[in-house]
Amino acid sequence: MEEVDVEPAVTNIPAASSGTHLGFAWGPGDILVYETLYKCHSFITSRLEFPGTGSGDIHEVRKDEDIYSPILRKLFNESHHIFVGLQTIREDLPSKNKKPQFVSISKNYRSVIRACMEELQQVLQKWQCNMETRYVSILLAIELIWNLCEVLFIDAAPAGSLLLHLLDWVRLHKADVDEKAREVLQSESPAEHRDYWDVVGAAYVLQGRLEEARQMLVKQATLQPAARKMYKQMDTLLSKMPFYNPGGTQTLTEFDVKWRHWHEEVDRCLQDNSFASNKHLELICKILVGDEDTLLEHKDLLSTWYHFLVTRLLFCHPTVKPTELHYYAQSCLTMFLDSRSVPEPLDSILLAAFEFDIHQVIKDCSIALNNWWFVAHLTDLLDHCKLLQSHNLHFGSNLREFLLLEYASGLFTHHSLWQLAVDYFDHCPEFGRVYLELQIERVPLDTERKALKVLRICEQRQMSEQVRSICKIMAMRALRNNRLGSALSWSIRAKDAAFATLISERFLQDYCARGTFSDLDLIDNLGPAMLLSDRLTFLGKYREFHKLYGEKRFREASKLLLSLMTAKIAPRSFWMTLLTDALPLLEQKEVSHHIVRYAVYGLLLSNIKKTSKYSYLRSCNQRIFGFFSGKNNIKDVLII
Amino acid sequence: MFVARSIAADHKDLIHDVSYDFHGRRMATCSSDQSVKVWDKSENGEWHCTASWKTHSGSVWRVTWAHPEFGQVLASCSFDRTAAVWEEIVGESNDKQRGLSHWIKRTTLVDSRTSVTDVKFAPKHMGLMLTTCSADGVVRIYEAPDVMNLSQWSLQHEISCKLSCSCISWNPSSSRAHPAMFAVGSDDSNVTYGGKVQIYEYNENTRKYAKAETLMTVTDAVHDIAFAPNLGRSFHVLAIATKDVRIFKLVPMRKESTSTGPTKFEVQIVAQFDNHNSQVWRVSWNITSTLLASSGDDGCVRLWKANYMDNWKCTGILKGDGSPLTGSSGQPTAMSTVVGSSVQTSQNALNGMSAGRYFFPPLDPPRAGTRYGHLLPPSSLIEHCDAEPIQPQQQALPHRLSSRALLPLPEAEGQ
Repeated sequence: MEEVDVEPAVTNIPAASSGTHLGFAWGPGDILVYETLYKCHSFITSRLEFPGTGSGDIHEVRKDEDIYSPILRKLFNESHHIFVGLQTIREDLPSKNKKPQFVSISKNYRSVIRACMEELQQVLQKWQCNMETRYVSILLAIELIWNLCEVLFIDAAPAGSLLLHLLDWVRLHKADVDEKAREVLQSESPAEHRDYWDVVGAAYVLQGRLEEARQMLVKQATLQPAARKMYKQMDTLLSKMPFYNPGGTQTLTEFDVKWRHWHEEVDRCLQDNSFASNKHLELICKILVGDEDTLLEHKDLLSTWYHFLVTRLLFCHPTVKPTELHYYAQSCLTMFLDSRSVPEPLDSILLAAFEFDIHQVIKDCSIALNNWWFVAHLTDLLDHCKLLQSHNLHFGSNLREFLLLEYASGLFTHHSLWQLAVDYFDHCPEFGRVYLELQIERVPLDTERKALKVLRICEQRQMSEQVRSICKIMAMRALRNNRLGSALSWSIRAKDAAFATLISERFLQDYCARGTFSDLDLIDNLGPAMLLSDRLTFLGKYREFHKLYGEKRFREASKLLLSLMTAKIAPRSFWMTLLTDALPLLEQKEVSHHIVRYAVYGLLLSNIKKTSKYSYLRSCNQRIFGFFSGKNNIKDVLII
Repeated sequence: MFVARSIAADHKDLIHDVSYDFHGRRMATCSSDQSVKVWDKSENGEWHCTASWKTHSGSVWRVTWAHPEFGQVLASCSFDRTAAVWEEIVGESNDKQRGLSHWIKRTTLVDSRTSVTDVKFAPKHMGLMLTTCSADGVVRIYEAPDVMNLSQWSLQHEISCKLSCSCISWNPSSSRAHPAMFAVGSDDSNVTYGGKVQIYEYNENTRKYAKAETLMTVTDAVHDIAFAPNLGRSFHVLAIATKDVRIFKLVPMRKESTSTGPTKFEVQIVAQFDNHNSQVWRVSWNITSTLLASSGDDGCVRLWKANYMDNWKCTGILKGDGSPLTGSSGQPTAMSTVVGSSVQTSQNALNGMSAGRYFFPPLDPPRAGTRYGHLLPPSSLIEHCDAEPIQPQQQALPHRLSSRALLPLPEAEGQ
């Protein structure tokens, strides 16, 4: 595939155009640009040395706001559902069975575009603002191209039905015909309306809507009894024109023979000058015979070269094969456009489609249109239809992924649409995962709720590194704001032992300072999470001890306290507190005396003599020893 | 593309660096006026300066954010031969209401004897590590062993690169499959000194950084250097700003199992662009490394993009229009915002700019100043229900062991 060289777009920044540099910084959805001056670092740079440089403004540069509109948001949301549905179509179905599904998916995409377009038009009428008319025309073009791709590539209609599909395509996209017809019909005397012949001629005959043309002609015929015979003859011609019926028993050859008979008959009428007395009827007759000059004289009625193409095919080559299309398309384009005028991007895209050059269509579209929505979804669908592989084995699926990644990356900078992007990344086998990892960790975690949402997405995909990171960020933020409970639960989620230790320590410090625990719910329900770090285990167990004590279950409380002492997980600084806790328990009958040993052991460990609370401890000591002296098993104590 | 808004940075001298935080909600600017400013983005997308303070006694070259896992931490480096680490502290509630924040200096790193030209945090999986490089040709790697105490930094490694260093870049890949790696560039313009980009790699056995590669083909002064995110590929991608923009691929060569030396790389040049005409000063990748931006002597920022066949092309140019707003004071920010969004957009439409390639995702919430601005509730109403409540500071009780809430013991029955 040839690379088309497109000149890079230039964006003007309100800054000096020479003599300075532009510094920049990448943001998630924009780029910050500022005036500066770069020099080798060995030279000091200052504005004072270069007066007049560096305005000091920072400019936020963004991509055109083409799809900023809230209405287009609906397009993204709804096409996302269709996209996800398409990805779940089973690979193993025979392709014959899948085709109708693909066609219906294609139609779904188009109806979303249509709905969006209609809504946009309503908004435009309501607000009387023409800023978004651009979107309407972009959407119109998108739908036009998509529809043609559907006919040619996805439905891949064979000769015969191909023309019928193309007729539908032209009828759908030249909707002003119906509007005009309605206007004529609603007038007092339709036959005398100045647009009457335009409607009959252009609208109906050119689009092959012959039944409607006949009904209109009847109105004229009644006004002109003298010309009745002539009208009757035209009516017969119109009614006899054969149309191929794909579902019927007639073969294409039979149809072709029949059509030729009819064509000769029309031609005969023209030779006979049967309609010479009525220029309108003669014009219709010339259209029916497919006279190119006549058609080209009425460009205004056709309005586009592709309408001209389809009309020409209808009246000259109704059994056109897909492979022959490009020839007619090219010649119609050349004939229709003035030699002066240059084809517009839309023309080249449609022409490429008629040439069955799928890659060219996709490429031209990505250059001409300002968003990836269209190319990404269309390419994905074509890829599912196995059309890209057959076209080019090497990078068919890469093209699909490339475009989907671009589209999804775009969605990711939006504060709510990023959630849609996740599914797109999920269906990009090569780089989707890495892109998701890179993008999702940048989603601002404005609130806990949002953090949980991001976290869930990461957890579902076993993105353990991102899960850990999000939890750590949240834990750090909570800690900075002195919300210990939240910090602890986030660091437990992050399985961050070091941080959990640190926060547990804070809890214990707070307890020492205030005498109460905060966030009891959390600490009481730690469960197995308690094992994350020794300090956390200690915190949980110590709180458990408090609970037992509070419930006056002294035996269990003292057992627990004992185990806390023996397990040696208590921070050194906390021994004093533990010992103080032990004191009242010692005075309980039912309490195991082992606690005493450890109490003393603890006293030795904590090196009491060096502490400032020496006197206090000595009193503790005395209480402990005093307690035992009465019971005569001071030996027990001395054994240690 | 268009200028969505202009922010009057109000620095008293040249701005040298602007840096986004990890989530893109904050930015920091630094200047020759020796100060650093921190800006926060509000709900409606406006930037507000929430802190501005003097950081150094010389031009501040670079400012950079630590990963938010480590809190709100900035590092800056300066002509005054130092680098500094700054931490935001959660201030009094009335400061918050006034939209101000407090940054305090945690440390000053004074080991360099010359201007500190670049400062970068290492990838977060390595812990909180800070790297500086300086004009005396030394790269220094510092570590804060306790992330809760940022006043303690220890100098872990001092690597002499022999040539005056201008820039440094860590390989951001968080994969543990390959050792930690950084590239350092030199702006020494003497081509006879050989390659100006050196790649260093950490060696687990010696616990030291060792030179793995010198890019011998880059002999001119190098001003900036940037590793691309790895994307799970087997090779590394490095962009270099020298007399042109260059993109290199570093493909690790198969290591012999007995070898303990640094990885050897096959160095391939992927792209080389001289569109800037002369020196290129900055290169930087977007998040997914699909776009590279570069700034050069032609006064432009150029955007480079690879298509799906890995062909690199210039897809956009940002260029001064010759109308610098002399002094930022004369231009009220609010004005330029409104003008920027409406006029520029229609200009683009007229110029047929909309047919350009797509650089920035065009999706964004409606902003004030756009047509849909009025559909937004006033920002005061956009309050998140679970936003962190400002809790009144509890009075800490003096430490008293007896103040705990244990139940008073019932009188011992046995006595």
